[in-house]
Amino acid sequence: MDLRYTEAEEGFRAELRAWLDQAVPLLPPKPDRNDWPGRRAYDTAWQRLLFDAGYAGLHWSVEAGGKGATPTEHLIFLEETERAGAPYVGANFVGLLHAGPTIDAAGTDEQRRRYLPGILRGDDVWCQGFSEPGAGSDLASLRTRAVRDGDDYVVNGSKIWTSHAEVADYCEMLVRTDPDAPKHKGITWLIVPMDTPGITIRPLETVMGTSEFAEVFFDDVRVPVANRVGEENDGWRVTMVTLSFERGTAFVSEVVACQRLLHELAALAKKVTRRQETAWDDVALRRELGHLTAEFEALWALTKWNVSEAQRSGVPGVGGSVFKLRFSETKQKVYELAHRLLGRAALAVDDVAGLPGATLMDERLSSLSYTIAAGTSQIQRNIVGERILGLPKER
Amino acid sequence: MDFQLSEDQRDLRSGVREFCEGRFDRERMRALVDTAPVPGMVDRALWRELAETGFFSLRIAEEAGGVGLGVAEAVLVYEEAGRALLPGPLVATHLAASLPGRLGEEAAAGDVVVGLIDGESWPLLVEHLDALDCLLVLTDDGIRRVDPALVRGTSVAHPVDPFTPVTAVDELPVGEAVADARVVAEWRRVGAVLTAALQLGIAGRLTELATRYAKEREQFGRVIGGFQAVKHLCADMLVRTEIARAAVYAAAVTLDDPAVGDAEVAVLTAKVMGDDAATRNGKDATQVYGGMGFTWEVDVHLYVKRSWVHATQFGAAEENEAALAATL
Ligand SMILES: Cc1cc2nc3c(=O)[nH]c(=O)nc-3n(C[C@H](O)[C@H](O)[C@H](O)COP(=O)(O)OP(=O)(O)OC[C@H]3O[C@@H](n4cnc5c(N)ncnc54)[C@H](O)[C@@H]3O)c2cc1C
Repeated sequence: MDLRYTEAEEGFRAELRAWLDQAVPLLPPKPDRNDWPGRRAYDTAWQRLLFDAGYAGLHWSVEAGGKGATPTEHLIFLEETERAGAPYVGANFVGLLHAGPTIDAAGTDEQRRRYLPGILRGDDVWCQGFSEPGAGSDLASLRTRAVRDGDDYVVNGSKIWTSHAEVADYCEMLVRTDPDAPKHKGITWLIVPMDTPGITIRPLETVMGTSEFAEVFFDDVRVPVANRVGEENDGWRVTMVTLSFERGTAFVSEVVACQRLLHELAALAKKVTRRQETAWDDVALRRELGHLTAEFEALWALTKWNVSEAQRSGVPGVGGSVFKLRFSETKQKVYELAHRLLGRAALAVDDVAGLPGATLMDERLSSLSYTIAAGTSQIQRNIVGERILGLPKER
Repeated sequence: MDFQLSEDQRDLRSGVREFCEGRFDRERMRALVDTAPVPGMVDRALWRELAETGFFSLRIAEEAGGVGLGVAEAVLVYEEAGRALLPGPLVATHLAASLPGRLGEEAAAGDVVVGLIDGESWPLLVEHLDALDCLLVLTDDGIRRVDPALVRGTSVAHPVDPFTPVTAVDELPVGEAVADARVVAEWRRVGAVLTAALQLGIAGRLTELATRYAKEREQFGRVIGGFQAVKHLCADMLVRTEIARAAVYAAAVTLDDPAVGDAEVAVLTAKVMGDDAATRNGKDATQVYGGMGFTWEVDVHLYVKRSWVHATQFGAAEENEAALAATL
């Protein structure tokens, strides 16, 4: 067990810090949450900066155009960029964390050449068309059909909860190619250009009143067979590859962000008063802050444990589900606490009386999705119970 | 950075596990609690065997006759001790082994059983008094050594953990000073991390027991582990154990090499997460066992009770959480 960073890793950190110090202050102001073209431009511009500085696709293989960095270097990268207040991947999330690694692992040479550079440079934004109105947790029951017609698949059906669909160039999409096969066996993984005729995007309004995700309809959409990643009807296996990348390091930056937030909440607790006492004078509240500090400190240690394991074995392990489950539930607790601290200021998603309600209440609302998106807590518990503990599957 | 067990650490862990399973198997454990109590519930022969495997001398330098390892290795050993439910003041004797002079040597060799109480807390309760050769009293200023025979108190009739007899102290002799405030700070940290490691062992063992039972017990024509309500209890137990493991190991590594993090925060985190995992897993394991879980016959309650004992040692949750908040 060694938590010391090697000289090479420290060197990497120092260089990165120096670069962030000059790059971050030059960033334009963050666009409004509802300004999707603005958000896309902001996120892709950041990706371009990373690319020009040689930091794009750090964790990608060298053959894929990445840097082939070790998981530890990737951890350092995510930690330092968050500390520096740099933007998170944002709209580049699906491309960098899902589609790119999947195409690298399961795609053809032609597909690698064609799609990977655009993701790394920040030219292309991807979205993920997995979920359907009738297939969420039970993803493998998806029904959107793709029928072979010459060199094309003809796609019909609809997807839902597709994040960034409004501004995406491509969609990593699951379709049913064999309706008669058992549900896991007849699925295929496709690359679908979002400007193909027959695609209609209908933004959905979230609980925050924003549009984070959309419903996407497909009417006789022709997708070249050449856009298939992996074999026909072998899409479920490819999907498992995709999801393991998602759970690998997706939350590293957020742990660091939560640790900073706890400091901010402590400062806030010393400021808000009820009947002459500050919230900080309340022992129960202080204990809760202390407990959450322990939780995130432990989650950070668990991150290092998982990253070291991935570094040794070369693949992200099932530890990702353990992490995702605890992290999402604990992060919700932080915002519940923030909500309580705001007191009556929690009546508004605005800064009232000098309290940061605009951000905190927005995040509080947003936090309701953590235990749903990327596999609900119930599904994560099934994964832990069945795959780690070996308990029998349902039915 | 390579935050995984080294080859040597894995060997150490499996060696200690094998030892515990061989010398303190379920039969011997149940015999101790059910039929053949020894004074103070510390089995002297076993104590010496523990000493031989390095339980107490693990962190003593090789030149001084010890094993020369760090807190990182000690937590692996104490995790196994927790798993096996080894009784006795293991952590106190381990800490005493680091004292210079005869007491240290005897503690390291397993020739003496050393108890420890925090003189700053009230009420004063000593564990295993009848088995002790020496009692150390920790205060903020230093450590005093007291003759257990001179401690005036009343042995309580019903200790919560049948393995941990308890005496309520009316009067403590002054005793002689054996260490200063600097050692106190060090002991509080190492003691908290080793106790958290015991809790980690208990949390892991409870997860195993409950999961095994869930795979065997049938109701409604199926094994209960197939029911999601039960499966999710087991999954939560595993998650708690793994997050506590990360915290305990990280704190140990930080004590060995303070440059890698804030030792104060790491230690408090380890104890908070260790206590949380062991005590909550105790509750959930009892639930998974149903009515059997409430019987004396099934071991689960023994782990539950021990976790409650450890939760009061080296800082309880309320102090540790408040101390962590103070670092914000
Ligand atoms: C903010 C956000 C962004 C998203 N982005 C995307 C995206 O970009 N692309 C994409 O494809 N999807 C996306 N999703 C979809 C997400 O993956 C699904 O919402 C999620 O998998 C749950 O599916 P569902 O919404 O259909 O809920 P359901 O599956 O209908 O679940 C409803 C409830 O039933 C429970 N439940 C269901 N099955 C079981 C079971 N077997 N055992 C116990 N409980 C069960 C669930 O836990 C949940 O509480 C996003 C979701 C959110 C909230």
